[in-house]
Amino acid sequence: MRLYEYEGKNIFSRYDIPVPKGSVASSVEEVVKKISEIGLPAVLKAQVLVGGRGKAGGIKLVRNIEEAKHVSEHLFKTGVKGVPVKKILVEEAVNIIKEYYISLTIDRSLRKYVYLVSSEGGVDIEEIAASKPEAIHKIYIDPLVGLRDYHLRRVAESLNLDPENSKKIQIIAKGLYKIMTDYDADLVEINPLALTDKGLIALDSKITIDDNALFRHKDLEESLSADPREFTEEEVIAKKHGFSYVSLEGDIGIIGNGAGLTMATLDLVAHFGGKPANFLDIGGGASAERVKAALSLLLRDKRIKAVFINVYGGITRCDEVARGIISALEETGIRKPLVVRLVGTREEEGRKILEEAGINYFINDDEAAEHVVELVKNL
Amino acid sequence: MAIIVDRNTRVVVQGITGKEGSFHTEAMLRYGTKIVAGVTPGKEGMKVAGIPVYNTVAKAVRNHPEINTSIIFVPAPFAPDAVYEAIDAGIKVIVVITEGIPVHDEIKMINYARSKGVIVVGPNCPGVISPGERVKVGIMPERSFGPGNIGVVSRSGTLTYEISEALLKTGFGHSTVIGIGGDPVTGLDFIDVVEMFFKDPETKGIVVIGEIGGDAEERLADHIKKTGLRKPIIAFIAGKTAPPGKRMGHAGAIITMGMGSAESKIKAFESIGIPVASTPMQIADLAKKYFSDK
Repeated sequence: MRLYEYEGKNIFSRYDIPVPKGSVASSVEEVVKKISEIGLPAVLKAQVLVGGRGKAGGIKLVRNIEEAKHVSEHLFKTGVKGVPVKKILVEEAVNIIKEYYISLTIDRSLRKYVYLVSSEGGVDIEEIAASKPEAIHKIYIDPLVGLRDYHLRRVAESLNLDPENSKKIQIIAKGLYKIMTDYDADLVEINPLALTDKGLIALDSKITIDDNALFRHKDLEESLSADPREFTEEEVIAKKHGFSYVSLEGDIGIIGNGAGLTMATLDLVAHFGGKPANFLDIGGGASAERVKAALSLLLRDKRIKAVFINVYGGITRCDEVARGIISALEETGIRKPLVVRLVGTREEEGRKILEEAGINYFINDDEAAEHVVELVKNL
Repeated sequence: MAIIVDRNTRVVVQGITGKEGSFHTEAMLRYGTKIVAGVTPGKEGMKVAGIPVYNTVAKAVRNHPEINTSIIFVPAPFAPDAVYEAIDAGIKVIVVITEGIPVHDEIKMINYARSKGVIVVGPNCPGVISPGERVKVGIMPERSFGPGNIGVVSRSGTLTYEISEALLKTGFGHSTVIGIGGDPVTGLDFIDVVEMFFKDPETKGIVVIGEIGGDAEERLADHIKKTGLRKPIIAFIAGKTAPPGKRMGHAGAIITMGMGSAESKIKAFESIGIPVASTPMQIADLAKKYFSDK
């Protein structure tokens, strides 16, 4: 779960991380009111969770009220990169002397927390990593040891700051660690961390919460169900039914069981020249009910021309899958070419159910994938 | 011999009275696994499939000192506790089936386990099976596996069954098949397991099944570049069509910060002479080519 910039900055303030003076507005009138409190010039920042927000026109400096009205009206009306804008963060403009980068995340392979620190802030960390990897300093924290003062001194040392800002960066880094552990975050990022005439200030915030830990953050869980944020409507439906779904660009609907097999199924379709429309993993031991919900979702999706179901039954039973397929067809009344590959637990029973309904099935998944791609080509 | 689990494996099932725990206890017993005790707090005195249930792992171990392995079916919020309890009771192999454990808990419990010399398989994994020894500590279906000389290590479940069965049908059985788990952080990584297979005299060839996210595959490639390819390895990588920034089912299957693409992993493997199959079924062809004289 990603937090909005303003949510992250509210958290920053509570953890002694300086942020620009500002607050969030939901209408043009509110924007004007906030500016009268903060003063001009001001920065208007669309609160959307898309990459490249600044380049897409989601961040604007305004010098007078007319301009502020015009910009906020436009943002509320048109959104950013197709994502509607519900809130705009109104902030004081600051004088930037230099931009730094700092984040705390988890190094998966080393199983440690790691600070990533760089004097080359303001651009994406991916860009720094690609163009100048030596400019990123990494300070690791063993989770059994926890954060110690020497970690903080090493963070400060890597940025060559003057003594006063060295102290400040240590307070900021300590705040990041506390946020990371208090909120079960898997990333807490400040980019840019700006050196201004008023000292170090976090000009942006990026916090992502570990979805697996939401059960101990009920307030976040509730806020996510009220506003699904980066998740699409289909992804929300999928979550409700206990399967995972990701929307893609193509026209062949995919259902698989198990994340690895489902990914491999997408790749297989692409391998034969087809374009998968989605990733949909029904998970282990799926009931007929869950299969029905999954297939119905794809049948109702107008982009999808044919559906390829690839199931290897372990805990999942082929007869349950077959029953789910039949009831999705009955319930939606929508007919699209279906290619089913079904092997494993109770495959005979499953195939019998499909045969009786006149649905073809395959045993070899290469053949099945090739077939569905041909089908769609000839539609 | 096989790795991690063999005929000397004696198992305690943590979370034995739950739906999954009891179902898979019966399936493991049918396969031949020696399960000697179960643990569910508050259920001491019960029996599941004839196996006595205890309130604590410590008591299970006291009454059955032969226990050397645990399998955990405990729900995610309580699973870290179960892992610490098993470690502190002196168990040396812990298989964590549970999906959805918070990553902060995972890094702590895995570091603790490793500091005590304990092997954690998982979390969020199908477990381990050594068909020649008739032992599985996991949830995989029997039909995909048979005795032989190929070691399989994977980040996924069903895809592993699929590829293992394709190998079996081509005449290649398995020494041990292990799913290390689909979470961002796992107890064992590819380097750990491939090293075990290199040392296992029964294993003649190795299949590595990777997927997008993280750099476990790239690290394995680096490791082999430095230490040498001591047995033939073939591989498959899932997720070539996955877009960046999206979690593909597994918590760990996500391309972030420019890292973890299938392309990078395939390149890393091919650069050190590990062939990568372009479809799961093609693994069988690669096996014929690379493992046949073994």
